[in-house]
Amino acid sequence: MSKRHMLALYNNFDEAEAVVRELRSTEIKGFKAADDLIVKSPIEHPEVEKFLGHKPVNVQWFTLLGATLGGLLAFTLISGSQANFYAQMKGGKPIVPIPPDLVLTYEMFILGGVYITVLGFLICAGLPAKRSALYSAKVSEDQIGLLVTVDDSSAATLRNIFTKHQALEIQEEAGK
Amino acid sequence: MGKDIREDIAWAQINTDVLKSLENPRKLFWVIIFVALMMFGVGVGCEVYQYQTGMGVAGLNNPNVWGLYIATFIFWIGMSHSGTLLSAILHLMHADWRKPIYRFAEAMTTFSLMTAGLFVMVHLGRLWQFYYAVPYPNERWTWPNFQSPLLWDAMAIFTYLSSSVIFLYVGSIPDFAICRDNVHPGWRKKLYTLLALGWEGTDRQWRNFRVTYLTVACFLIPLAVSVHSIVASDFAMSQQPGWHVTSFPPYFVAGALYSGCAAIITLFIILRYVFKFEEYMTMPILKKTVRLTFAIAMVWTYLNWVEFATVWYSHDEVAKGVLIDKATGRFAPFWWAMNFCGSVVPFTMMIKRLQTNIPVMFAVSLLLNLGMWLERFMIVSPTFSHGYYPWTMDANYWPSMVQWGIVFGSFGWFTLLFMTFCKIVPSVSMYEVKEMVYHRSLATKKAELGLEGGH
Repeated sequence: MSKRHMLALYNNFDEAEAVVRELRSTEIKGFKAADDLIVKSPIEHPEVEKFLGHKPVNVQWFTLLGATLGGLLAFTLISGSQANFYAQMKGGKPIVPIPPDLVLTYEMFILGGVYITVLGFLICAGLPAKRSALYSAKVSEDQIGLLVTVDDSSAATLRNIFTKHQALEIQEEAGK
Repeated sequence: MGKDIREDIAWAQINTDVLKSLENPRKLFWVIIFVALMMFGVGVGCEVYQYQTGMGVAGLNNPNVWGLYIATFIFWIGMSHSGTLLSAILHLMHADWRKPIYRFAEAMTTFSLMTAGLFVMVHLGRLWQFYYAVPYPNERWTWPNFQSPLLWDAMAIFTYLSSSVIFLYVGSIPDFAICRDNVHPGWRKKLYTLLALGWEGTDRQWRNFRVTYLTVACFLIPLAVSVHSIVASDFAMSQQPGWHVTSFPPYFVAGALYSGCAAIITLFIILRYVFKFEEYMTMPILKKTVRLTFAIAMVWTYLNWVEFATVWYSHDEVAKGVLIDKATGRFAPFWWAMNFCGSVVPFTMMIKRLQTNIPVMFAVSLLLNLGMWLERFMIVSPTFSHGYYPWTMDANYWPSMVQWGIVFGSFGWFTLLFMTFCKIVPSVSMYEVKEMVYHRSLATKKAELGLEGGH
């Protein structure tokens, strides 16, 4: 069955929420709200998560990995470098001095955490990406967009729902 | 106090106003750029002269091995802390009045760190040997001293600079997308398209964006504290009279926040006028920034006196001698000016009527930063010119014109970078201002309907 993409624009979150609720409660062939619905908005709005249902965020795992690796890498590299003091006289001082090494380890812990968190963000958010064909600059201004992927046969049902809730604009594109 | 921002302002209007700032600033913008270029030119001229002639022209000599370069380095590092305060600390505290002003504060962080970094190289003199400071396996079997706060400094500043750039960039992605969608085709559109990374504002993007922003903010707070504590350790971990003080790290951190906040007030007033941001950089927000600065000024004043008291009651006669010398010797006018600017001038910020008086606050913010620069000068120079032994004392020390010229030039360099940034990147975060307007109007509506959750 060939797919179709549709983008409907709404004036505010309340209207968009009403549409999402109806889409979730209506049986539509070839359409699952959890997978086939994307909300586009000009601001981050926690309510979206409520009416869209919980979706996991995995960035924090990248953070944990980055910070741990950063710290470990720092300590290993620094103490590894200091190991050459086995060959050089160090005048009785410890070869691997823990307190000063911890300062550098701490900095690298943060550095690794920040870098890998941002990498995780890019991976989890699917960035960088090509802009989808169904995009309206109005979404970055003041309108809320609902992007759905649906079987061709159900497109009319969706169009009716969008129209019923007074969509400002509906864009369509045949899926690939 | 009035509202921080008009709640009925249309989202489209926010885009229009902020995007206009990228195209049509007031003429003063070009005047500032011209003056900054001239100042930068002076700095470059002095640096070229110093580079070609040798470090002798800087007047840095034994015992005065550190001079204005290191004092100004600390000043610029300190300046950078305001961005973290506004972006990260106030973000975690849900103080949403920061939203219209945090972007330029973050930019300030980045550019002041870049300026500070330059001073390390200027101070080194022999730029071609800078790579000696980088730890890498080499045939000389020499490593930097991992136990030296100077090496920690290099690492901390690199971490802070790169994290700040990332934080600034990530936080700007949604705004780059707005710019991409609205500017006319040309180099700007290409640039914004590249920087926006294809952002479309999907729920998936926002969800991950929120967690990322929060996480990086959480990392930046301890990082900022560690950076200035480590800078303080450059001094406190030495045996020099007047520096070996336990309270130096918190004193430095407070000083950093203080000078950063004062700089925010200065730039707030400049940007408000130059880019016509009267609607967003409002008087109530200025008032809150002024009050925050006053609170930090009092923390700094307290720690300043703690430092004096520690030296005074330590019975370390040499350290005491340095303190007395600061108050009565060659540096006395500067030391008293530091105390006046840093501890007395902020009291004008207590007067309600003056908190929103733009000319007065502009002058006050400049005086505060003058005081904070003098503080760093007073930490570095008097100690070196009043050592442990009489033959290490140099009562006649005075920085050379080359040093003054490079310091002067650094302000031009910073201004140039900062103003250029504001001309290319929206200095007011559009999406966050929209969020602010949205949540506040929602809260007002709820309050009017008698529902819970009023703002």
